[in-house]
Amino acid sequence: MNRGQTLFTKRANWAVPYVVFLAIFVLIPIILIVIYAFADADDKFTLANFRKFMLHPEAVNTFVYSVGIAITTTLACILLGYPAAYILSRNSFAASRATVLLFILPMWINILIRTLATVALFDFLNVPLGEGALVFGMVYNFLPFMIYPIYNTLRKMDYSLVEAARDLGANPASVFARVVLPLSMPGVASGIMMVFMPTISTFAIAELLTMNNIKLFGTTIQENINNGMWNYGAALSLIMLLLIGVTGLISSDSGNGKEGGIL
Amino acid sequence: MRKSEYIIRVKNVSKVYGDKTVLNQVSLDVRKGEFVTILGPSGCGKTTLLRLIAGFQPATSGEISIAGNNVTQTPPHRRPVNTVFQRYALFPHLNVYNNIAFGLKLKKLSSVVIAGKVKQALRMVGMTGYEYRDVDSLSGGQQQRVAIARAIVNEPEVLLLDEPLAALDLKMRKDMQMELREMHKSLGITFVYVTHDQEEALTLSDRIIVMSEGRIQQEGTPIDIYNEPSNAFVADFIGESNILDGIMLRDRLVSFAGYEFECVDEGFGENAPVDVVIRPEDLYIFEPSEATQFTGIVSSCIFKGVHYEMMVQTPGGYEFMVQNYHPFETGREAGLLVKPADIHVMRKERVCNTFEARSVDETHVEFLGTVFEVRPLDDIRNRKSFRVEIDFDKIILHDNEEDGQLTGEVCFILYKGNHYHLTVSTDSDEDIFADTSDVWDNGDRVGITIPPAAIRVKPLTCGANE
Amino acid sequence: MNRKQAATFLGKAYLWVLLLMLYSPILIIMVFSFTEAKVLGNWTGFSTKLYASLFSGDMHRSLTNAIWNSLVIALGAATVSTGLGSLAAIGLFNMRPRARQTVRFINTIPILNPDIITGVSLFLLFVSLGISQGYTTVVLAHITFCTPYVVLSVLPRLRQMNPNLYEAALDLGATPFQALRKVIIPEIRPGVISGFILAFTLSVDDFAVTVFTIGNEGIETLSTYIYADARKGGLTPELRPLSTIIFATVLLLLIIVNIRSARTGKKRQDG
Repeated sequence: MNRGQTLFTKRANWAVPYVVFLAIFVLIPIILIVIYAFADADDKFTLANFRKFMLHPEAVNTFVYSVGIAITTTLACILLGYPAAYILSRNSFAASRATVLLFILPMWINILIRTLATVALFDFLNVPLGEGALVFGMVYNFLPFMIYPIYNTLRKMDYSLVEAARDLGANPASVFARVVLPLSMPGVASGIMMVFMPTISTFAIAELLTMNNIKLFGTTIQENINNGMWNYGAALSLIMLLLIGVTGLISSDSGNGKEGGIL
Repeated sequence: MRKSEYIIRVKNVSKVYGDKTVLNQVSLDVRKGEFVTILGPSGCGKTTLLRLIAGFQPATSGEISIAGNNVTQTPPHRRPVNTVFQRYALFPHLNVYNNIAFGLKLKKLSSVVIAGKVKQALRMVGMTGYEYRDVDSLSGGQQQRVAIARAIVNEPEVLLLDEPLAALDLKMRKDMQMELREMHKSLGITFVYVTHDQEEALTLSDRIIVMSEGRIQQEGTPIDIYNEPSNAFVADFIGESNILDGIMLRDRLVSFAGYEFECVDEGFGENAPVDVVIRPEDLYIFEPSEATQFTGIVSSCIFKGVHYEMMVQTPGGYEFMVQNYHPFETGREAGLLVKPADIHVMRKERVCNTFEARSVDETHVEFLGTVFEVRPLDDIRNRKSFRVEIDFDKIILHDNEEDGQLTGEVCFILYKGNHYHLTVSTDSDEDIFADTSDVWDNGDRVGITIPPAAIRVKPLTCGANE
Repeated sequence: MNRKQAATFLGKAYLWVLLLMLYSPILIIMVFSFTEAKVLGNWTGFSTKLYASLFSGDMHRSLTNAIWNSLVIALGAATVSTGLGSLAAIGLFNMRPRARQTVRFINTIPILNPDIITGVSLFLLFVSLGISQGYTTVVLAHITFCTPYVVLSVLPRLRQMNPNLYEAALDLGATPFQALRKVIIPEIRPGVISGFILAFTLSVDDFAVTVFTIGNEGIETLSTYIYADARKGGLTPELRPLSTIIFATVLLLLIIVNIRSARTGKKRQDG
């Protein structure tokens, strides 16, 4: 057997093309963001990009405002989505699966078209296009991302734990507060990641929902890249990446570090 | 005084799921402080019975009372019982301390009291020092101990244990058995224990309740159950047994395997068909001599750790299992002897299949939801409904379901020394009993044929010989 | 019992209100796909003219191009992702735990990364390498964020598979390639197919990554076309019937799949 054959026989090696691909298209690009963020137009090391952000009240304001909108949207999604996921998980499996599909189905329509339709709906109902419309529109778009992981963790939960709690003297309310809710936290955590992330980073949706009246941080990044300010754009991207990393850590911590139901 | 004597009273309780009856009119009383084991094969309804007592499921009919109060409608959190679950059901988001303190916190006890009680419970199960460990980091045996501590810390009147040792390895299981017995003694509370492991039941219990197919088959002390099984099912399920068809010739004389034996049983009448049970350790095996009651050829001999287990073939074609400390070579002739007191005789529950039937025409009758051909008989025409009898050995079973007149599933197999006695559950949920020398497995799907000549037609009125 | 019924009823009502909220924009699109008005929300009488022009090629040439581009890109990206991802999943499954964990972690980066970060990072990669942006870069970018999903949908199938099947095939004389084709692929086929479908839809729907990697040569996908359109002041009317058709097709497919799986599930229970 020649060497090429053994390379192929060892199935672990079948992942090699993808590993190479990941290195080129995932790892190196992220490193490039870091490099660009700490460089000036002449490729020299500098902190000027970050200084520029700090000294630019409009940029900082946009950032803080975007975080605020993302948090509001995420909270609204939890408040609306948790009860829905809970009710769904209590239904019989066949019925709940069909309903869960109904919740996911709108995802099949292009998000921009959906957003434009939302705008039309607000027009129709005479809702002014502003902050409220923005949050509502994002909740429309991302609510399924909250419902699905929570539903999944609730569904997978060992029902004997509920019985154990009842056996130990817990009434229905304390069964929920002391067992069901804490055990569904991994689902909530991945729901938070899946809603917070796109809302913080979105740019097109916000533009469409507010007729360009409200600018979010994502738009700032896109504009800078488009206008050739690659280094500054990279720095802003890095800031967003850090924010998302921190959110991920916090939410996975509250989810007990256990794997949620992302898919 | 009766009220305080019985801590649990289960009266005529049934549980039906859809069209399947899981528990059929079960009644059971448990005395205060008793260690009662509900024993049976999987699917016999034992876990359902325990869950009804705990309150996780409502009974379809009947009444359950605990400590003198009718709790049939009471939700589990208001019942004075605690459960140790099969796979422990420890809360993964809580550490050992908080798992055990769960019930106490719900009672809003002060944290000092809780700390003291948790500590005591941990000492009780030998887990002192594990308070702040994550439950996922514990071994199976340790999780089991925490589960027990979590239940007993609430000082329940009754501790329900649902196959608590099933997930442990053999060595661990033996250790935990001893500890459970100790715990039962020192706590002084009632234990209701569910298991499918007959050895565990015999070791642990004050009293055993043997269940099968949703009914209680026998209840009694381990010694009673082992020595005096009340029917062939119990004899087969508890320990190893030789079970044979026999005829009670008269009081204290029984015939089986082609020989006559003295025994100690009376009151069966003359020439009554019976089941005979002999434990393999009660059969003495030795060189053929004058003491020999019957002889046989040793067909296999296996060392089982302490004793040898041998199969002996008699000239009449019967096979006996014998246990002895001394081996006999395969192929040798050996003498066998059984003492009269070791022959257990039990009345047969039935001697043939009996069904209610309806006539269709002169040569056809309908029973079990199927029309069967019968030998033409004049008196069929005169009656609308009557009884048919079919001998066990006349039922024909087919591998191929389509070959039979009706289909069913083999649900219980009893080896009778020279043939198998099968219980086949038909698809309309009736039982047909068949004797066969073919080997079948539990759960096999079979086709069933009943030849016309095998069907005996009897009037309905005098069918009450049971 | 009555309280319980009331709670169930309230729960159901809540779900339906939520669903109504989620579907109201889609319903608006569907309703207004049957009128000619240029602006969404104006009703100028029932008409199927928009459907007619969608199929007659009467509409803007650039929209037809955009739809075509989207489909070609999605097909290319999904095909490559499915091959690459399925092979990777098999490899990953057979790796030593440490290496497997590392690769799995890197595999989740494109999933966890917001689109804009993926877009910016790939944009920086292409400009650093001096690759001019166009079709190729968009397809590569789409492969980047699609493949991880393929890997994640194939892996569970491998986990369910009897670990000795591959060895059994080799033992019976199959070459590794034959074993892959005749044993492993049939076993993981459902995962591969759902991976492909997922990749295809992700690619068609993508906007943010595409915007950063499509360059300035005037290539448009459906998403960028809608975006440009919307910024100019509204949705091209033909997109209403197009969305309606897409949605109706998906709905129909899902209903068929569900009825089928419900039937086979029931059959299995009966048997």
